[in-house]
Amino acid sequence: MRTKVVRHTLRGAGLVCAAALALTACSSNSSSDSGSDGGAVSASALDAALNKGGTITVWAWEPTLKKVVTDFEAKYPKVHVNLVNAGTGDKQYTALQNAVQAGRGAPDVAQIEYYALGQFALGKSLQDLSKYGASSLSKQYSPGPWNSVSLNGGVYALPMDSGPMALFYNKKVFDKYKLKVPTTWDEYVSDAQKLHAANPKAYITNDAGDAGFTTSMIWQAGGHPYTVNGTKVSVDFGDAGSKKFAGTWQKLLSDKLVAPITSWSDQWYKGLGDGTIATLAIGAWMPANLSSGVPSASGDWRVAPLPQWQKGQTASSENGGSSLAVMKSSTKQDLAYGFLKFANAGAGVQDRIKGGAFPATVADLNSPTFLNTPFPYFGGQKANQVFSASAKNAVTGWQYLPFQVYANSIFNDTVGKAYVSKTTLSSGLKSWQDASVKYGSEQGFTTGK
Amino acid sequence: MSTVTDAPTRPRTPSAPASRTARLRRSADRPRRSLPLTLLTGLVLLYTLVPLAWLVISATKTEKTLLDSPGMWFSGHFALWDNIRQTLTYNDGIFGRWLLNTLLYVVLGAGGATFLAVLGGYGLAKFDFRGKKTVLAVVMGAVAVPATALAVPTFLMFSKMGLTNTPWAVIIPSLISPFGLYLMWVFATESIPGELLEAARVDGSSELRTFFQISLPLLAPGIVTVLLFTTVATWNNYFLPLIMIKDPDWYPLTLGLNAWNDQAATAGGEPVFNLVITGSLLTILPLIAAFLLLQRYWQSGLSAGSVKE
Repeated sequence: MRTKVVRHTLRGAGLVCAAALALTACSSNSSSDSGSDGGAVSASALDAALNKGGTITVWAWEPTLKKVVTDFEAKYPKVHVNLVNAGTGDKQYTALQNAVQAGRGAPDVAQIEYYALGQFALGKSLQDLSKYGASSLSKQYSPGPWNSVSLNGGVYALPMDSGPMALFYNKKVFDKYKLKVPTTWDEYVSDAQKLHAANPKAYITNDAGDAGFTTSMIWQAGGHPYTVNGTKVSVDFGDAGSKKFAGTWQKLLSDKLVAPITSWSDQWYKGLGDGTIATLAIGAWMPANLSSGVPSASGDWRVAPLPQWQKGQTASSENGGSSLAVMKSSTKQDLAYGFLKFANAGAGVQDRIKGGAFPATVADLNSPTFLNTPFPYFGGQKANQVFSASAKNAVTGWQYLPFQVYANSIFNDTVGKAYVSKTTLSSGLKSWQDASVKYGSEQGFTTGK
Repeated sequence: MSTVTDAPTRPRTPSAPASRTARLRRSADRPRRSLPLTLLTGLVLLYTLVPLAWLVISATKTEKTLLDSPGMWFSGHFALWDNIRQTLTYNDGIFGRWLLNTLLYVVLGAGGATFLAVLGGYGLAKFDFRGKKTVLAVVMGAVAVPATALAVPTFLMFSKMGLTNTPWAVIIPSLISPFGLYLMWVFATESIPGELLEAARVDGSSELRTFFQISLPLLAPGIVTVLLFTTVATWNNYFLPLIMIKDPDWYPLTLGLNAWNDQAATAGGEPVFNLVITGSLLTILPLIAAFLLLQRYWQSGLSAGSVKE
C-alpha cells in the first residue's frame, strides 16, 4: 500500500538510486517468451496450472500478505509462494527497474502502488491481464483503484487496497480549544489559525512537502494536471483545481500554520500522540498505523469526511493504495495470476481486511459487517462508513504520469522550495511542471503544457 | 540511519617510544599544555559521545516512552533487557540471522580482503618484476574510486552471471581493498629488512616458508590494521547489499535495521523504533569491542613508517 512517501532528504545512496531509476525508467526490456502473449487463458487452464504446482516469487512489503500466502498454499498445496520484502515503495521500484534492465532476477508478482503503475505498464514490464479475463472483474472494484489499473485499454494489475481520503482529527484537541470540525477547506484554515494562536506549539497538521498528498489534494479539488494519451503526455498545474489547492494551502504555509514535520518520521508519530498535530487528511488505511504507532492516543481521534472546496459537496480522492501485477518476464504467469486472483479477488481479501487493510472491493465496502465495525481506537466510531462513502465519491478522470515515480522524486527540489523559502506554492508547482515535461521529452514522450 | 554511529575514533596518542633515544628526545621538548586545544578536543569528544549516549539512553525505552520522554534522559521505566529480548525474537528471530549473515560477510569478505592485501602488498614490496610501477599506479588510482560508484555496474555484471541475491554478490566485491593493499605494501617495505630475506634464502628456506615463518610475524601489526579497516567497511556496508540482495534472509544488519525502520512508513506496518534503536546498539557493540581489543595494533599500524629508527 502506499504510503510511502517521498523522501525529503535524499541520502547519498538515495541519490544514486534515483539516478539509476532515471536511467532505466521507461526503458523496455521484455524478455517474455513468445507464447506468453498468445490467446486467452481459460479458467480451467488456470486451475490446471494451479493444481500442477510450481514456485513463484512475490515482491511485496504489505504485511497482511503473509497470511494470504499461508492460506493460498493451503488451498493449492503444490504451489509454493516465495514472499520477499524487497523494500518499501520507491526502494522496491528501483530494485524492480534494475532487475528488468538486467533481464534477470525480477519476481513473478510485484506490489506496485497506483501512482507507479503507469511507469511499469508503459515500460512494458508488466503483463496485460486481459487474456485471463481480468476486464470482467471491473465491477468488483471501486472506481478509483480500477481506473488506476486499467491503462491503454489493458488491465495491468489487480487492485489490492485503496486509500479513499478522510479527515482524521484529534477530538481531544478540538474540544479543548473549542474548534468546530471543518467541512470546508476555508473552515480548515480558520481552525488552523485559532489553534495555533491558542497554543503556539500546536498545528492543524504537518506538511513538509509530500508529492502524494499534494496530488491527492489537487485530485479532490477537481484538477487534472496530468493528461496521458498513449505516449502523449501533458502537465499543467495552471488548471482551476490546482490553483484552488495552491491558493488555500499557501495561506497555511505563509502563516506557518502547518508543522514542518516529515510524515512517517518518529517526530510525526510523537506529534500525533501528544496533540501537536491535530488533523491528518490521509487515506483510509491510516487506522492500522494509528493504533500500532500511536497507541497512547487511543480514544482521542475521530474520523470525518474530507473538507470540501465548495460547501455542501462530497468530493473526494484517493491517497495511496497499491496493486499486485504480473511481471512480463515471468515464466510462470498462469500461477502468478492465480495468486493475484486469490489475493485480490478471492479469499485473500478477507484475510487482509482482518489484518487491518482497507479493501478496494465493492462487495466489502458495502457489506453491513464492514460498515458497522466499531473502531475502539476512534472511541467506538464506525469509521468505515466515512471511508466507504469517500471511496464512492472519488472524483473521476484522474491520471498519473507514466513516469510518476521520477516526478515524485524531484518534488522536493521544486515544490519543496515553497516549504522552506519565500518561493510560492504556485511557482513551485510551475517548476515541478517544467522539470516533469523536460524529463518526459527526454524519455521520448510527446509532451505539451 | 543516523543512529548507527561509527565507534568513536579515539584521539591518537603518540605510540610508546620504541627506543631510548626517542624517549630522551620527547622529554627534552615536552609539549606544553594548550587550553584552546584541550577545549577543542573536548568538543570533538562530546560530538562523538553524545549520539552514542543518546543511543544507549534510547535503547532503555519502550516504543511508547521513546516518543513521550525527553531524548537525552531516561524515561523512568528501564526496558533495555526487554528490548534486547524483543529484538532477538521479533519476526521469528531474524535479527540473529542478520547477525550471522554480517559475520559471514565479514569473515569471508574482510578476511579474504586482508589475505589478498597481505599477499599483494608483500609481493609488491619485496619482489621486483616487470610492470610493477603500472600495478602501483592502478592501485593508487583505485584507492580514489569510491566503492559506491562501482555498485551499479557491478550489479549489472553480477546479474548477468546470476550471482545477485546470493551471499557471493556481497562477498566477492568486498574481497578487493585497494587501500588495504596500499597499506600492506608500505608496511611490508618498512618492516621487513631485505637483508633478512636474503639471509633466509641463503639458508635454503623456500619463498613460501620465508613468507609464512619470517615475514608474516613481522607483518602482524599491519595485518591487524588492515583487518580492522576492512572489517569496519564490511560491517557497515550498506549500499552494495542494498543493490545486490533482495531476500531478507540474506540481509546484513545494516539492511535489516533499515527494513525495520521502514515499517513505520508503510500503511498497516508496525513502527518498531525501539527495536531499531536497540538493534543499532547491538550492531555497534562488536565493532567497539574489536577496536578496544585491537587498539594497540591499530595505533602502531597507523604510525608505521612515521619514525625512522
